[in-house]
Amino acid sequence: MGLFAFAIFGPIANLVLWAFAERWFWPHALPSQYGFAFWQRVFSPRGGAWESMGLSIGIALLTVVISLALAIPAGYALARRAVPLRAVLMLLFLLPQAFPTLPIYMNIARLFYSVGLNGTVPGVVLVHSLHGLVLAVWIAAAAFAAVDRQQEEAARNLGAGPLRTFATITLPAALPGLLASAIFVFLDSLDEFTATYFVGVPDITTMPLMMFNAAMGGNYQIASITALVLLLPSIGFMLLIERFLKADVIAKIGA
Amino acid sequence: MTRRIDWWGLALLAPAFLLMFALFVVPAFSSVVGAFAGEGGPTLAHFRRAFGTYGGDIWFTLWMVVAAVLIIAALAVLIGGYLTLGGSRAAVAVLAWLYRWPLFVPMVCAAQMMRSFLARNGMLNNTLIASGLLTPAGAGSMLDWRGILITFVWKQLPFVTLITAGAMAALDRSLIEAARDLGASRMRVLFGIIVPLVRGPLLVASVLTFVTLMSVLSVPVMLTADSPTMITVDMAYRITTFGDYGTADALGVISYLLTMGAAWLYLRDAARQRAVFR
Repeated sequence: MGLFAFAIFGPIANLVLWAFAERWFWPHALPSQYGFAFWQRVFSPRGGAWESMGLSIGIALLTVVISLALAIPAGYALARRAVPLRAVLMLLFLLPQAFPTLPIYMNIARLFYSVGLNGTVPGVVLVHSLHGLVLAVWIAAAAFAAVDRQQEEAARNLGAGPLRTFATITLPAALPGLLASAIFVFLDSLDEFTATYFVGVPDITTMPLMMFNAAMGGNYQIASITALVLLLPSIGFMLLIERFLKADVIAKIGA
Repeated sequence: MTRRIDWWGLALLAPAFLLMFALFVVPAFSSVVGAFAGEGGPTLAHFRRAFGTYGGDIWFTLWMVVAAVLIIAALAVLIGGYLTLGGSRAAVAVLAWLYRWPLFVPMVCAAQMMRSFLARNGMLNNTLIASGLLTPAGAGSMLDWRGILITFVWKQLPFVTLITAGAMAALDRSLIEAARDLGASRMRVLFGIIVPLVRGPLLVASVLTFVTLMSVLSVPVMLTADSPTMITVDMAYRITTFGDYGTADALGVISYLLTMGAAWLYLRDAARQRAVFR
């Protein structure tokens, strides 16, 4: 158990040490001087961290908006309407998950290059939305399928129109699942590296790209600080996930 | 009788479908076309170069991904098994809390962590030296294929374990308890009863992990500059250095084929299982 804990936390601990180390010489096991000097450098106006963070969060929020705006109607249609070829469509919305993504991203980049979307925020948001949509459609379809049909029918019988029924009964009941999918999509976009690497180049430096550049430049402190900042929302979500995604929704995913 | 087509349903689906079509179907198609497109018509030249220059990398990629998936599946079964059968409640609770941590850690962050953890002066070596298991002179860097493998396992193990342990938790307890009452050892129950019953979810999670690892660029780039490396690195290199989409697309198609091979193994197994249970 101790070994397992070391295997899980060792790498994280090493990252935290590097983030606060000012001097660290081999073969010393621990840094010889700790401090916040590198934090100041990263978060100084010239460090670019605030800019990257704002950009990352902005892109992630836009990705959530686009993914959910497309996934809510699509998920509802897949869960509730008699759509022809439903199984094929569900499969299509799963396919990007079952396909190596890197060749797809490099061809999207090529496509975007010809229409001037490369290196722009809309381009990166679109490419993030592709993966966001896969997550959101599946979770939304499951969330809508878990809504009690009898309540909807009761509302219709009492004279509510389809839109009103959706807005007052179906949507509120599906909201926890949709919220969970929004968080998933947000995090996924925040952490995304490969697509941004191809499509965002050279102007869009999100947090993961900034981390990668610092790491490849050999600056362990700056890379570790950025990685740590990126890690916090991911780990926070991991600890919260069970409260958001209810068992009845998980059971309906893919059904 | 002809079924009436639900036009409203289709209209609700259309925007999502269009985005999926434009950003997935079209690029996938164009990558296959690009792999065969030559100046004077269809050609196999890109594949010749891909296999000629990067043949070693193709094998290396397959070997890394397969090894990682096998190790992850084995560990996931053991962890899930302990969570289901473990005697000590406290140990089960600790393990359940522990194994999930890397679940949502971004791949780039995992790569950066391992870069410091597995380095010659990293925490792994320091801990081994401090505990007397290693001498400073004998400390080497693990930043080569071992680093890639360790990072893959560290990052993807929680996902496969989550799915596998979830499926195990959903099993009928009475079956497990009956076997235990009849004197079957924990290992026997795990491999004789539980694993066959969770085979489906375990394999799905393994195939998804195979696909994920097949497309990781950051880990091999950040952990090792050695050759052989993974074909994702070669694809990025062909494009950023030479603008050579032909060879990159050919490598992409090869990665599709490897993934399809994994998916085919899974589907064949699923079909066989269905035939057995019918």
